[in-house]
Amino acid sequence: MAGLRIENLRKSFGAVDVLKGIDLDIRDGEFVSFLGPSGCGKSTLLRSIAGLEELTDGAIHLGDREITDLPSAKRDIAMVFQNYALYPHMNVRKNMSFGLSLNGMKADEIERRVTEAAEVLRITELLDRKPKQLSGGQRQRVAIGRAIVRKPKLFLLDEPLSNLDAGLRVTMRAELAALHERLGVTMVYVTHDQVEAMTLSNRVVVLDKGKVSQFGSPLELFHRPANLFVAGFIGSPKMNFLTARPAGQDGLGVTVSCPSFNRPVAVELAAPVDVPGDLTLGIRPDQLKIGAPDAGHLTGTVRLVERLGTESHVHVALDDGTALVIITDGTHPGRTHDRVGLTIPAEAAHLFAPTGQALPRKLDPDTERLLQI
Amino acid sequence: MATAPATPRPSRRKARGAGITPWLFISPWILGFLFFTLGPLVFSFVMSLHDWPIVGTREFIGLENYRTMLQDDPQFWKSLWITVKFAGLFVPLNIVLSFLLAVLLNLNLRGTAIYRTAFYLPSVISGVALVTIWSWIYSNEYGLLNYLLSFVGIDGPNWLGDRTWGIVAITVASLWGLGGSMLIFLAGLQSIPKELYEAARVSGVPPWAQIIYITLPMLSPMILFTLITSIISAFQQLTIALLLTDGGPVNSTYFFAMYIYKTAFRFHDMGYAAAMSWVMFLIILILSMLVMRWSAAWVYYEGQARKDDADA
Repeated sequence: MAGLRIENLRKSFGAVDVLKGIDLDIRDGEFVSFLGPSGCGKSTLLRSIAGLEELTDGAIHLGDREITDLPSAKRDIAMVFQNYALYPHMNVRKNMSFGLSLNGMKADEIERRVTEAAEVLRITELLDRKPKQLSGGQRQRVAIGRAIVRKPKLFLLDEPLSNLDAGLRVTMRAELAALHERLGVTMVYVTHDQVEAMTLSNRVVVLDKGKVSQFGSPLELFHRPANLFVAGFIGSPKMNFLTARPAGQDGLGVTVSCPSFNRPVAVELAAPVDVPGDLTLGIRPDQLKIGAPDAGHLTGTVRLVERLGTESHVHVALDDGTALVIITDGTHPGRTHDRVGLTIPAEAAHLFAPTGQALPRKLDPDTERLLQI
Repeated sequence: MATAPATPRPSRRKARGAGITPWLFISPWILGFLFFTLGPLVFSFVMSLHDWPIVGTREFIGLENYRTMLQDDPQFWKSLWITVKFAGLFVPLNIVLSFLLAVLLNLNLRGTAIYRTAFYLPSVISGVALVTIWSWIYSNEYGLLNYLLSFVGIDGPNWLGDRTWGIVAITVASLWGLGGSMLIFLAGLQSIPKELYEAARVSGVPPWAQIIYITLPMLSPMILFTLITSIISAFQQLTIALLLTDGGPVNSTYFFAMYIYKTAFRFHDMGYAAAMSWVMFLIILILSMLVMRWSAAWVYYEGQARKDDADA
């Protein structure tokens, strides 16, 4: 069993605190992504787990072993680097076997492992080539192969797909998912690409400025973002945000209003809370409905229509200047300068306190069921 | 003519002008090469076939100078042997020491910039100044080296006056100029991606193996370059030996280049000196070619996948 437990991990470079107390509990066999914008500390966190960074404070456990102060080689981990880090003067076979042979493994065992990994990754015919003679995707496979032959308890992958072109990235993504399925090993994956994180992961750690902003399944992050940062970071185009204030509260029901609203929106919460006096109302672009100018909660003018075929992105400016994006189906006839009304379906609204924390959101039964799976 | 059909046919004069212009632009280099490199080269070869005193009548003697050298001149062989011994000491030490210094500087310890400058400084000091400093260090009676050695109870030898130590003293003084190769190695070290070492750390490759299996192969082009330039400068060693020992004691540091120099400018036998220069040139050429051929076995070039790999 090799889950990964991180307690109060801190890392500072001089006066700059990069990781400000990270706590994580990753289960055995799980695929977990660290997701966040550049500079959020995700790579530093991964490198700390790998033992490539000295910690300022905190503890790391892999399985039932504390690895905080162990050298990288003794941690039972393998790492795949963003730029592959293949030894350019060694052929593929040597790249994969180099570490093993220096650690005194028997030649026939090394040969067996290399052959096996090469078969899994379909690089058998490349074993005698040098990295220079390989394509980006092949190099990536070799880098993964070098990790596999170590038979680690934990795989660490640092943006492994970001140097590949778009098409190859999709293919390798699927292969990584299949590999995880096949090996059943715990994998930690760093990425800034939310599509990779959402599609590959069992759970995603969203990092913001050196802190865990939210740790949950991809759909949890999407449907129940814990705060404004996650709400704005997950989903594309971004969630729309409107300033609002509560006009009335009746048990779980909150009526939300604002000068720019034509009429208030009634939102139902999942749990009773004290509703603060200032709120941010968030709504995803695909949930807003476009209608006649005075029919909706909001009125605005179309500034731009981006037609993507199956869907169109309609950019609307409210009369107070707030910019919103609405996803409509591809046949929506809206044009620039049209006056439109926008309807906010009550069950689609997210409410956030001034601290940025989300108020407990009541989901429709179908989504609720989906999150339980 | 590969000109586009739309352009009017250039006049004869214009065409000739266009032919000369590029040559004019590179003429400074060409003239320099003709007068200062190719000319002297050919001239010295012609010289080597003559009995050619600086003053007096010249006489064509064919290959007589070369025959004398090989058969009747023991000093030629002695000087050559001294130079080979020197190269045998200097070349490996120069490479190993400048590599080690570069590795140390690359650790990015405090004060790296100061040390880098300090190590490079001797390379920009003029040879005469450098030799003067070393002659003080080596001096038998009030030399710094023997003074320091006396503290640990060693009665230092007469460095420059001893037949065994003379060549060692010259080697050490020559090594003082290793700043150039050190900088080349340092630049090479800094161009090795640090992920290679991190990947090695994660796979449990110990530091000594990282140096042998990652650093050395990645630096091999620089090692080859330093090897060849060191061999050349070792064979051409003149200044330090001339000023420090002037060939002594008992001709034990009478280098090949010094023998050439003295033959030409003290004994005024230009023909014989030219012939020896050509022999030195051939020795360096052959050594360099051997090293280049041997290098195919151990030099890894980043930019090029070798042909035999591609065929595999």
